[in-house]
Amino acid sequence: MNRSFEVVIGLEIHAQLATVSKIFSGASTAYGAAANTQACLVDLGYPGVLPVLNEEVVRMATMFGLAVNATIAERSVFARKNYFYPDLPKGYQISQYELPIVEHGELIIRDDTGNDKRIGITRAHLEEDAGKSIHEGLDKFSGIDLNRAGTPLLEIVSEPELSSAKEAVAYMRKIHTIVRYLGISDGNMQEGSFRCDANVSVRPHGQQELGTRTELKNLNSFRFVEKAINFEIERQIELIEDGGEVVQETRLYDSDRDETRPMRSKEEANDYRYFPDPDLLPVEIDAAYIEAVRETLPELPDAKQERFVDEYKIRVDDAAILTASRSLADYFEQVAAATRDRPQGVANFVIGELAGALNRDGLGIEQSPVSAAALAGLLDRVKDNTISGKIAKEVFEAMWAGEGSADEVIDARGLRQITDTAAIESVVDQVIAANPGQVAEYKAGKQKLIGFFVGQVMKATGGKANPGQVNKILKDKLG
Amino acid sequence: MSQDLHTQTLTQLSAGLDRGDFSSVELTEALLGRIETHGQSLNAFVTVTAEQALAAAKRADEARAAGNAGVLSGLPLAHKDIFCTRDILTTCGSRMLEDFISPYDATVVRRLADAGAVVLGKTNMDEFAMGSSNETSYFGPVRNPWDLQCSPGGSSGGSAAAVAARLTPAATGTDTGGSIRQPAALTGTVGLKPTYGRVSRYGMIAFASSLDQAGVITRSSADAALLLGVMAGFDERDSTSIEHPVPDYCASLSGSLKGLRVGIVRQHFDEGLDDKCAAVVKESLQVLESQGAILSEVDLPNLDLSVPTYYVVAPAECSSNLSRFDGVRFGHRAADPEDLLDLYCRSRGEGFGEEVKRRIMTGTYVLSAGYYDAYYLKAQQVRHLIADDFHKAFAEVDVIAGPTSPTPAFRLGDKIDDPITMYLNDIYTIGANLAGLPGISTPCGFVDDLPVGLHLVGPHWGEETILRCAHNYEQASAWHEACPEEYR
Repeated sequence: MNRSFEVVIGLEIHAQLATVSKIFSGASTAYGAAANTQACLVDLGYPGVLPVLNEEVVRMATMFGLAVNATIAERSVFARKNYFYPDLPKGYQISQYELPIVEHGELIIRDDTGNDKRIGITRAHLEEDAGKSIHEGLDKFSGIDLNRAGTPLLEIVSEPELSSAKEAVAYMRKIHTIVRYLGISDGNMQEGSFRCDANVSVRPHGQQELGTRTELKNLNSFRFVEKAINFEIERQIELIEDGGEVVQETRLYDSDRDETRPMRSKEEANDYRYFPDPDLLPVEIDAAYIEAVRETLPELPDAKQERFVDEYKIRVDDAAILTASRSLADYFEQVAAATRDRPQGVANFVIGELAGALNRDGLGIEQSPVSAAALAGLLDRVKDNTISGKIAKEVFEAMWAGEGSADEVIDARGLRQITDTAAIESVVDQVIAANPGQVAEYKAGKQKLIGFFVGQVMKATGGKANPGQVNKILKDKLG
Repeated sequence: MSQDLHTQTLTQLSAGLDRGDFSSVELTEALLGRIETHGQSLNAFVTVTAEQALAAAKRADEARAAGNAGVLSGLPLAHKDIFCTRDILTTCGSRMLEDFISPYDATVVRRLADAGAVVLGKTNMDEFAMGSSNETSYFGPVRNPWDLQCSPGGSSGGSAAAVAARLTPAATGTDTGGSIRQPAALTGTVGLKPTYGRVSRYGMIAFASSLDQAGVITRSSADAALLLGVMAGFDERDSTSIEHPVPDYCASLSGSLKGLRVGIVRQHFDEGLDDKCAAVVKESLQVLESQGAILSEVDLPNLDLSVPTYYVVAPAECSSNLSRFDGVRFGHRAADPEDLLDLYCRSRGEGFGEEVKRRIMTGTYVLSAGYYDAYYLKAQQVRHLIADDFHKAFAEVDVIAGPTSPTPAFRLGDKIDDPITMYLNDIYTIGANLAGLPGISTPCGFVDDLPVGLHLVGPHWGEETILRCAHNYEQASAWHEACPEEYR
C-alpha cells in the first residue's frame, strides 16, 4: 500500500432477515423455489393491494440495535424510494429513509496493528428487497423472478472509519457473526443473504477533507470485499498520482478479472423522490418493548470471548476462534463441561483436530459426526492415561468414520495404553540390551539420545506405552 | 307490483323481501331492465354483471327461504369501478385497465357480498378517480339524470347518476377530495364519506392513499347507515384501517336534533359560492334550527389553503401509486416496444389520459430533489394546520354544516379545459379529507331545477352524529325523495 495516502472506507451491509414470510406480505421467503411461485399479489404490486408490516422484522432490528449498543428509535418511518425497474413491481421500494429504526451503534474490531478499534454504525434500517431480472438464456427478452421481491433486509451502514480492506473485512465478519448469534439472519453469502456495498476514497496523508468516493456494489464474499477494495484503492491512488481525478460513481467488481468498472451512468441517474409511505403507520417502540427484547438477547461474541478467557483460562486467540460462531462455542462448552480434561486441552482439540476434520469434509459444527459428549469421552481417556494424546488422534478419526465411542474404538483396536510398570520395564531392558553403542554415548553425556530410546520403546509397544512412565524408567535404568 | 320496485330505498326493499312481497330475482330483473333502458344514455355503467347478479339473487332467495338471510340478503347495489372484483372487469375508468380482470375482491366488495348484496355492475368514474365531472373517464362522461347536458360530478359520477336515475338503490364510491359528496350533491342523492380508517382500502385502487376513503351513494341517510354498518371495521390487510368499534348506525338515526350544536363556517359563505345555492343552503340550516339544533358560527381560518394543499399532497401520492402501471405485469402494454424505456413511455403514454398525466407530472415535480421542502413538506405542515382548525371547531360544535359544492351541476365541457376552476369544485369537501373526518351530503333543494347538497362534517368517528343530523333533515324536508321525471 502506498504510504503517502490514507484510505477511508464505509460499508453498507445488507443482511436478509430470517423471517418465515416477507416483510409486507404473507408469502414465503424460502430460497430456491421455482421462479415467481413465492410472490403473492402484494409482492406483485397488483392494483389495490396494501403492505402490512411483519412484526418479526421489528423485533429482529431491535435485537441488532441492542447488540451493537445503538439507539432504538421510538418512532421510525417507512418511506418510498421511487424508481422504475422491471424487477421492482410497485415502481418504488419501501425502505426507511429519514427516520431509521436503529441509529448510533458501534462495534470493536482489531485493526491492522492488532489493536482494538471502534467503528461507528451510523444507522440500520429496514427495507424490502427487489426481485431479480434474468438475462441469461433468454433471446431478446429479460425474465423477471419476483420470489425475492419483498424479502426483508436490514441495511447496516457504517461510519467511514475503516482504513483498509482488511479492516473492512474484519468489520464485515464481526457483523456477520453478530447477526448469526442473534439468529436474525442465516448470513448465507452464496444465496445473497449477506452482501455489502463499499464506499471507498483515498486522500493524501494530512489532508482534512475526504477524497471523492466510489461505491462498489454487491460484494457477496469476504474475499471479494478485500480484493475489490484493494483494487479500487490502487486504482484511485494511481489515478491521482498520474494527475487525474476520481469520479464519484458506482462501480461493479468483476471477480473473474479481479477489477472494478463503472456501471452505466443511466442506471444511477435517479431522483428517488423519497416520501413517507402513506400505506404504513410509523413504527412506534416503547421502552418496555425494548427491555423485553433485551431479555431475549443471547450472550454476544465479545462477552463470550471474555468469559471464556476468565472462566476456562484458555488463550485469548483460542477464545476468539471458539466464539466466532455461537454453535462452535456451545460445542466447546458442552465438551468442557463433560470431560475431566483441562479446558485448554479441549480448546486445542476442537480448534485442531475437530475444526480440521470439519473443514476437510466441508461440514458445519452442527453436522459433526462426533458429538460433544463423544469427544468428552475421548478426552477423558487421554486424561486418565488409557491412551496417549497421539493415539487420541487415531481414535478420533475412527470415531469420525463412525466406528463408535472412544471406548469402543480403543477396545476394538486394542489401543489401551500400557501403564503396567513391569511390562514397560521389560521392554526398556530389551531396548537397552539391543543398543549398547547408544547406551555408551548416552552415559558419556549425550543426553539428547533419551528421545531415541523413548522412540524405540514406543515402537516396540505400538505406541501404547505411557510416555511419562517410559521416560522415567529409561532415565532410572540408564542412570 | 314490480313496476315500482326501483322507487324504493334499500330499507324499504329489505322490508319487502322480508315480507315476501317480491323475490330478489324479481327485484334484480327489474333493475337490470332499467339499466338496459337508461344505462346507455347516462353512461353510468362500465360493466353490467347481469348473469352474476341473477345468480347471486337466486342464492339470496334460497338463503332467505332457508332462514339464513344476511343483513343485505338479495339487496342490489353497484360498485364504483375502482373496487377490485374477482373475475369481473375492474377498469378504474382508464384505458390502462381496459382489460384488467382482478384476481381478488376488495374487502368492501367481499363484506357486502358476504352480507348477501347482489352486484348489478360496475359504475363509470373519472379516470383513477381524478376529476370532478366524470369527463376524464376513458369510457366517456356520465350524464346527469337531472339534465343530460350536465355533469353528474365526479369522480363517483357513475354511482351517483345510477342512484339518482333509480337504476340501483345504492352504489359504492370513493372520496379523496369530495368524490362521493360532490356528485351526490349534483345528482340529488345522499353521499357518505366515513372517517379515514373506518372502511378498509384493501382492493380499492389507490389514488392518494392518505386521503382515499370508501363510502356510499344512496337515496337516504338510513340506507347509508345500513351499508356503512356492513362495510366498516378493521381489516388486517389495511394497516391504515383502525380498530374502533362499529356501532349500530341504523339505531343511531332515531335521536332528535335537540341541543345538537351545528357550526356554520364563516368562510363558506364568502366569495365563490353561487348566491342561489347559498340561499338554499341557508334555508336548510333554518330547518335544522327548527328541529332543535343550535346554530353558531365557527372559524376555519386556513380553509382557503385546502385546495392548494390538496393539489400538492394528492398528486404526490398518486405519482408514486400509479408507478406500478408500467406495462410489465398487468394493464395496457404498448405494442412491439423497442426497449425498456420505450415500453414504459408508450405503455404509460397510451394508457393514461390527460388529467392523470397532469397529476403524475405535478406529483413528480413536488417530490423532486430541491422542491420537496417547498411543496410536499410545506403542504404536510399546512395539512396539520387545517386539521387543527377542525379540531378546535369541534371543541365548540358537534357538526359543521354548509354547502357541498359551490354551484349546482355544470354543463359537460364547461370546465374540463380549465383545471383550476374544476379543482375549486371541491373547496368545501377537501378539508374533511385532509383532516380525515367523516362527511355527508344530503339533498337540500334546487337551483334552476338542479339539485343542491347540504354538507355535514363530523369529528373523527362522528358518523352517527352526521347520519342522525342528515336523517332528521330528510324527514323534515323530503328533498331526497325528488326524482327526475323520466326516471320515476
